[in-house]
Amino acid sequence: MTTQGYGTIEPELDELSISSFSHVRLPRFAPLLVLLGALALSGLLALLLGWGPVAIPVVAVILTIIALPLWSAVVENRRAAVDRLVTCLVWTALAITLVPLVWVLEKTIAEGIPAISWHFLTNDMRQGLDPVTFKMVAGGGLKHALLGTLLVTLGAVVISVPIGLMTAIYLVEYARGSWIGRTITILVDVMTGIPSIVAGLFAVALFSTITGNPGIRFGLMGSIALSLLMIPTVVRGAEEMMRLVPSDLREAAYALGVPKWRTILKVVLPTAFGGIVTGVVLAISRVVGETAPLLVAVGTVDYVNGNLFSGRMMTLPVYIMQEYNGTVDDRKFAWGAALILIAIVMILNLVARIIGKIFAPQTGR
Amino acid sequence: MSTHTAEPPAEAPAPPRRRRFGLGDRVFSGLALLAGITIMVALAAVFVFLAVRGSAGLHADSSLYPAAGNFVAYAAKLLFGTVWAAVVAMVFAVPFSIGLALFVSHYAPRWLATPVAYVIDLLAAVPSVIFGLWGLRTLANAMKPVEGWLNAHLGFIPLFSDPLSTSGRSVLVAGLVLAVMIIPITTAICREVFAQTPRLNEEAALALGATRWEMIRYAVFPYARSGVIAGVMLGLGRALGETMAVTFVLGAEDPLVTVKLLTSPSPPTIASNIAQRFQGENTGQQVVLLATGLVLFVFTFAVNFIARWVVARQERKLA
Repeated sequence: MTTQGYGTIEPELDELSISSFSHVRLPRFAPLLVLLGALALSGLLALLLGWGPVAIPVVAVILTIIALPLWSAVVENRRAAVDRLVTCLVWTALAITLVPLVWVLEKTIAEGIPAISWHFLTNDMRQGLDPVTFKMVAGGGLKHALLGTLLVTLGAVVISVPIGLMTAIYLVEYARGSWIGRTITILVDVMTGIPSIVAGLFAVALFSTITGNPGIRFGLMGSIALSLLMIPTVVRGAEEMMRLVPSDLREAAYALGVPKWRTILKVVLPTAFGGIVTGVVLAISRVVGETAPLLVAVGTVDYVNGNLFSGRMMTLPVYIMQEYNGTVDDRKFAWGAALILIAIVMILNLVARIIGKIFAPQTGR
Repeated sequence: MSTHTAEPPAEAPAPPRRRRFGLGDRVFSGLALLAGITIMVALAAVFVFLAVRGSAGLHADSSLYPAAGNFVAYAAKLLFGTVWAAVVAMVFAVPFSIGLALFVSHYAPRWLATPVAYVIDLLAAVPSVIFGLWGLRTLANAMKPVEGWLNAHLGFIPLFSDPLSTSGRSVLVAGLVLAVMIIPITTAICREVFAQTPRLNEEAALALGATRWEMIRYAVFPYARSGVIAGVMLGLGRALGETMAVTFVLGAEDPLVTVKLLTSPSPPTIASNIAQRFQGENTGQQVVLLATGLVLFVFTFAVNFIARWVVARQERKLA
């Protein structure tokens, strides 16, 4: 039978199955109809009984979940009713999961926008003498936290990208099923599950053992803690991308007498470049919001510290936590910083996707 | 520069593939191996340094173990809080994750599946501290009437019994926030396994007259069972180690063991306990917390390791 044959038969089969083979079915628009009806009914009930606006969709969804399978059970059969019930539940799961996301974003934007100003971005929290009232007031800004996050994250990138990339190269190009390769793969997988606070504790334990000073805190400790969380993401991303590079390309290079290491540097890495960068950016977006390891390993200060190698630093997530635990007035700083942090993370995510899109179709034709 | 062929014959045991290439190749592969070994060393170092620094915390002054006389009781109580919050989170997260994964893999129209998957990933991108801010007041306030209702109607069950938390901050709220945070992880894994079900199995089920749900029940679920279990365990591992959301919602409390979901002094988790108390310069306190951190590390390591092992076994079975 040719494909053309299928094409002509298909509509007939469709009609047959609906009209004579199977039982009577609900019309295609039945779910929509029931949902609209349920919304109207719950709206009416809300008007009559004085419910809040939140109750309307909740009641409507519950009504739909009850009504649609009932209708189906009457018109169709029990099995079809169960099927419709599950379909309803799956759509409901989606709707409910979107609630916290929208809610968190809405809350952060609503509370954060009033707090953001030029003053907020260009000052730190150091106490200073107010020239008008002659009282000591905090600076009311997050410059120190922004700079701290930038430096600590940069440090983490500098540590984790070379290690992660070289590990991925080892796994893809050199391991060839050796026990070291298998062990590293398992360990990288397990590493993705390290609790972030344990990474921070590790940095503290490491440096307090080396220096003998249990109170030691500086920016690079945070970088090391974050790189522990970043490395597995970088390795997995790079490994996946490099496995997609067709072996024809490698073999062509070998056939020309190019040594393996130059093949990797000049053929494999450039081909997989876009995907690797995407993975790195996603890894950055994952660690930039990490709070616990930085709280433990970097500590808090109120002023700008631009030196990664000495002294405590402030970072954006820790700043959010500290300001929120402060006075009621300080809370608006926390929300402002939260909005900036969420914007940074979302922009990084977007950048990663765009880079992935631009560089994606480089393999094969 | 790398094509020196004058190699000593001692290189003979190297695999033949490598023999033709020179110094550059050996240096490069050595570097790659070194990076891989660094990862092994780093993981081992996490364990060793936590153990070295934390060992003093095993026999510290008993005043450093509030609500417990010795380290074992202290760690056990904290571990209870950790597992309890994670279990509450899983109760909410697992059904939603499976539903969402089914939606993306089998229910969504094609134009909707990709954006939905992207939005779920966005949920994973929101920093935990912001979920903490949201959970602490917004969600806790919104949950107050729900908690009151649960207590009034189901209060005879120990889970929902008195006294009610006045601020709404309770294990129930902490579990909800944790659930929101682990749903993306569990969903991603479930989605992958559901999508791997052989097309022919699904079509065979449909051809026998199965409805979509029956097809999923009899073709997809049996196939995906161990993958789903692994996804759930990975989510559990994340929930066990999650710090900020729980720290914000539950606040600083001494360890305690209770299954009441709605009361206000609620059992803290290992991670939230560390985050609350670590900032001081007190060395004795620090080593005790490091020791509890080691307990958390070993526990989550075990959970993750089992999960990965289940996945690996599943992959072998399918190969």
